Amino acid sequence: MSPQPLPLSAVEQAITRDTVRRNWLFSTPALVLLSLAATGPLLIVLVYSFLTPGKYGNVEWAFSLDGWVGILFTRDIFDGTLGLADAHLKIFWRSVRLSLLTTMITFGVGFPTAWFIATRPPKARALWLFLITIPFWTNLLIRTFAINEVIRNEGIVNSALIWAGVISRPIQIVYTDTAVLIGMAYVYLPLMVLPLFAAIDRFDMRLVEAGYDLYASRWQVLRRVILPIVKPGIIAGSILVFVPSLGAYVTPRVLGGGKNMMIGNFIELQFGQGRNWPLGAALSILLLVIVMVALLFYVRAANREVGK
Amino acid sequence: MAEGTAVEAIDIVKQFGQGDHVVRALDHVSVAIKTGEFFTLLGPSGCGKTTLLRLIAGFEAPSAGQIVLEGADVTALAPNQRPVNTVFQSYALFPHLSVAQNVSFGLEMLGRPRAEITATTERMLALVRMETLANRKTSQLSGGQQQRVALARALAPQPKVLLLDEPLSALDLQLRKEMQGELKRLQRETGITFIFVTHDQEEALTMSDRIAVMRAGHILQVGSPREIYTEPTNRFVASFIGETNFLKGTMVDDTQVALPGGEVLAVAVGAQAAGTQAAGMHAGQSVDLAIRPEQIRILPANSPDTIAGIVSGSVYFGTDTHCNITLNGTEGAQIVVRLQSPVSGSAGLDVGASVGVAFNPGALRVIGA
Repeated sequence: MSPQPLPLSAVEQAITRDTVRRNWLFSTPALVLLSLAATGPLLIVLVYSFLTPGKYGNVEWAFSLDGWVGILFTRDIFDGTLGLADAHLKIFWRSVRLSLLTTMITFGVGFPTAWFIATRPPKARALWLFLITIPFWTNLLIRTFAINEVIRNEGIVNSALIWAGVISRPIQIVYTDTAVLIGMAYVYLPLMVLPLFAAIDRFDMRLVEAGYDLYASRWQVLRRVILPIVKPGIIAGSILVFVPSLGAYVTPRVLGGGKNMMIGNFIELQFGQGRNWPLGAALSILLLVIVMVALLFYVRAANREVGK
Repeated sequence: MAEGTAVEAIDIVKQFGQGDHVVRALDHVSVAIKTGEFFTLLGPSGCGKTTLLRLIAGFEAPSAGQIVLEGADVTALAPNQRPVNTVFQSYALFPHLSVAQNVSFGLEMLGRPRAEITATTERMLALVRMETLANRKTSQLSGGQQQRVALARALAPQPKVLLLDEPLSALDLQLRKEMQGELKRLQRETGITFIFVTHDQEEALTMSDRIAVMRAGHILQVGSPREIYTEPTNRFVASFIGETNFLKGTMVDDTQVALPGGEVLAVAVGAQAAGTQAAGMHAGQSVDLAIRPEQIRILPANSPDTIAGIVSGSVYFGTDTHCNITLNGTEGAQIVVRLQSPVSGSAGLDVGASVGVAFNPGALRVIGA
């Protein structure tokens, strides 16, 4: 007797089980690598944030919440009472403010740029996109030093202005928040332009005509038709700029000097001269959480856009 | 509405490109469209019909000439300052807005009061029978439904003129027929002047009050569907709208022509033919003649007042049968005759049979030299 044929659904389930098992097997190396290289270090950082700082850096294996408390408070060196750490708040505020401003500036510059590129003929468009990505090929440090060369007191801008007689003494740009802002806007501009370009490229230009036809002014067409439709691109670009800006290290270090620290520099300080690894670890986790929240916001907004 | 002129294009020239690559899309085009009529711009692709529509909407500025809307020169006005709305070929519905929001967009931009916007939007949705789908996203609609929303959106601000740029071309045949009737109904109910662009001659004939036939940047003829069909003034119009047989002939006098074989036939002398005479027709001049396939009768060979011919083929089309006949004495000219199919059996014409062909009086037209 031949074996009784199984119902089709049972066969399908068996095949699916096989496929799932095989997929797990094949992805094991990648999963091991990921857990070791990504999750592992993160866990170490998380654990370190709850330990006691060592005398010469590193940590002592004793539980302490000081790392987390130290984010907002400092212990008075004489009586050990906690006081709000104004300096820390200032650094956080500067980081958030500069990152938001960078996002706004890159959007202000990037939107017209992306629009310009998206409305070129295909051949020219490829060239413009290529030009936008060129800075990516150069090391960040070198690009930052190049900006420094442009804006420093003896730099191109100041020299030209003095030569032209507009100013008599150089304007102090470098080692200010403005310098950090200029540097970050320059470095992260492509990250804003590319997703905006992708969104505008998909945008049906006939909708602009439809808007004008229905009595919308230029401003209304922009606000009521173009911006809502390219919104996913705006959100993507903003996240891509805001996230690395918040954790920026090189740019504030080179252009901001020692005084104008951002979170990135502050974290580095804890692991270096500060010798307070738990505080540095706690700050790192905090930064990560902020970024995750921002991403969550993005995903939700993007989903809502698609779900409409 | 009173008989007035809704839109007038005066000596419009529109050129694209520059230097050596100038393309003239419209070449001194003038046309006047009456208030409340269904006016169709008909022509093959690239004839300039869509360009003319875009000039009226304001999306393009003419290189020369004027656009006059209800007596006011609007040539310099932007699209958002013209009381004219467009139904786009691709519909161009706003994907981020609901059906109702699409329809109310124009009214909102005009700054109408909230209550009026709501009321008008509801009325327009009812007009196109879409009231139950008011809160849908436009991406959830079928092609025909999108078409209705596009119509409601363009009609909502109550434009003086509605421009329709091949709005039915994306729909399948069944839906297209349905929407043709729908468009006529909307035009009757709203009384708004419709300017309709199409390359489909049947669509133009069935829907229009008047048609302008265009080719290569020129308007060749403007007239009612009947005039365009029965009195084409030139070869292109005769061949583009419906099927036509062309014959060569020689003018005998103002009312008669001779075929190459010597037969003398009466030709139509209508207003249009009089025009051809004014254009310098004289006895002895060779001319083109046109006759519609359904205006020809097939009689037994050697019947009086017929031209002899031989059946060279026939094609069955259901309602009618097209018979190809080679005429004697016309240097082998072939004509197509359309016969209504009999209830049973074939039309009884075998290939190779000798027949006599008679042209219905007044149907043979001189259409130029």
